[in-house]
Amino acid sequence: MNWRDLYARVRALREPAWFPVGLIVASCIPALVAIGALLSDVVGSTNVLGSNPVKATEHFLGEWTLRFLIATVAVTPLRQVLGWNWLAKHRRTMGLFAFGYVMLHWVAYALLDVQFDWNDLVKDLVKRPYIMIGMAGLVLMIPLTVTSTKAMIRRLGGKNWSRLHTLVYPIGILGVVHYWMSVKKDIEEPAMFAAFFVVLYAFRIWKWQVKRTANRAANRAANHTAAA
Amino acid sequence: MLIRRATDLPSSELTPEGVYVNRRTFLAAAGAAAGAVGLGAIAGGLSPRALHAAVLGRQDPQAVGKPYGLQSDDKPTPWSDVTSYNNFYEFGTGKDEPIEMAKNFKPKPWTVKVDGLVGKPGDYQLEDFLKPSAIEDRIYRHRCVEAWSMVIPWRGIPLADVIKRAAPTAKAKYVEFTTLYDPKRMPGQQSGVLDWPYVEGLRLDEAMNPLTMLATGVYGRDLPNQNGAPLRLVVPWKYGFKGIKSIVRIRFVEQQPRNTWNIANPSEYGFYSNVNPEVDHPRWSQATERRLGLTGLDKLRRRKTLMFNGYVDQVGSMYAGMDLRKNY
Repeated sequence: MNWRDLYARVRALREPAWFPVGLIVASCIPALVAIGALLSDVVGSTNVLGSNPVKATEHFLGEWTLRFLIATVAVTPLRQVLGWNWLAKHRRTMGLFAFGYVMLHWVAYALLDVQFDWNDLVKDLVKRPYIMIGMAGLVLMIPLTVTSTKAMIRRLGGKNWSRLHTLVYPIGILGVVHYWMSVKKDIEEPAMFAAFFVVLYAFRIWKWQVKRTANRAANRAANHTAAA
Repeated sequence: MLIRRATDLPSSELTPEGVYVNRRTFLAAAGAAAGAVGLGAIAGGLSPRALHAAVLGRQDPQAVGKPYGLQSDDKPTPWSDVTSYNNFYEFGTGKDEPIEMAKNFKPKPWTVKVDGLVGKPGDYQLEDFLKPSAIEDRIYRHRCVEAWSMVIPWRGIPLADVIKRAAPTAKAKYVEFTTLYDPKRMPGQQSGVLDWPYVEGLRLDEAMNPLTMLATGVYGRDLPNQNGAPLRLVVPWKYGFKGIKSIVRIRFVEQQPRNTWNIANPSEYGFYSNVNPEVDHPRWSQATERRLGLTGLDKLRRRKTLMFNGYVDQVGSMYAGMDLRKNY
């Protein structure tokens, strides 16, 4: 089978029947693993999360937030390249999971790391740029979550809704910068996440440029016709 | 299941240094771990070493040594945490990397150069370097700049011994330490994450302080490679990164030497780097710390960080009148 056939076959893939449920179940697993491992380490006497279970939980949930953001942003490029238009209706699910994980990440930080010392929480927020940037990302995710229902899409109108939801792009940048700034010198992992975003964003910008050029050309052609 | 009694064990499996396996812990861990292993593959971020440890149970030797500056609730941090959660960028930047990446490092034979402003410079085989001093076991508190802490039973010699033998001249004001530079043996040095080789420094009076040690071991055993074999600095009132590992050179100088983390990020890491709960790291508070290697809910609790990591009486006078906010 040559590449063209393979590509045609991949493009022809329909949504598997198990996909909607499978996506939700699979998306819950990291959270269940994190909670289970932490409980097992703290209530039981295991050592699954290693020597520093609080940091391990925090990082684990933070990284999964980034993974869900990447998945959300990857939907449109995947549709365009592979023609999997059926992915579109799952983009909101992925986005909601990104919000779920960022909330768990924040709870792990606030509850386990800072131990709900409001003084420290506020101090961290005003004094520490990487916390500020992380919080900015989290806060920007709130309007996207609130407007994720079908009723809200209708109320806002598709165009406004789409415009609002382009916020996911700056949110991704804030997330990666937050991660990058939080490490001492070991930038390999934040750099890996950054690479995913860079590729996806570059693709989106390229597509957008192509479309803009095409629109301009079309306009020019239309003007010419009108002038003639 | 085959249950062997203690008498069935060959003598090689008996526990010469108080090594023990708590069977109940082991069984509970094994049960939980069995469940965790299946999910572990999906959970990419969980360390395989931690899973491994959970499955095998802990085999910790007992701490030996005289306690120095320990608080009433300071218990030695288990061997498994001390030897698996390490910052040693020469063997990778992840905390769980050094134990793996340093596995094949050969710390012997080892030569230590003593030079600079001294009456008796020289290159010493490690054995000859250590021989004149009595080896001591001491239990110290250990505070990392990243706001976690341990209690570690070190084995080693007072640095003051070495300094006296080297006979520094009147001009010598500081001591500079250098880690081995050998990217083939220390693969982390193949990356540009820090300026290699790692260097550190102490003021001469800090180096002469009776608390300052050159460690050759931990838990009564030779230093594991990931802990800085075969020779490392221990300065318990300073943040852990001052404790330079795998030392090959000790040089006496007149000017304050530079130190690697200060070169890497001067606004965050100073020369002194004394543990100080009142002076925050620019990105996090140093007021509290998390003690590693505890069990149950204690794993989550934070404790107050103590001035000079609890060694005010022994070291405070050296910094009298100094602005510790400026000299962080």
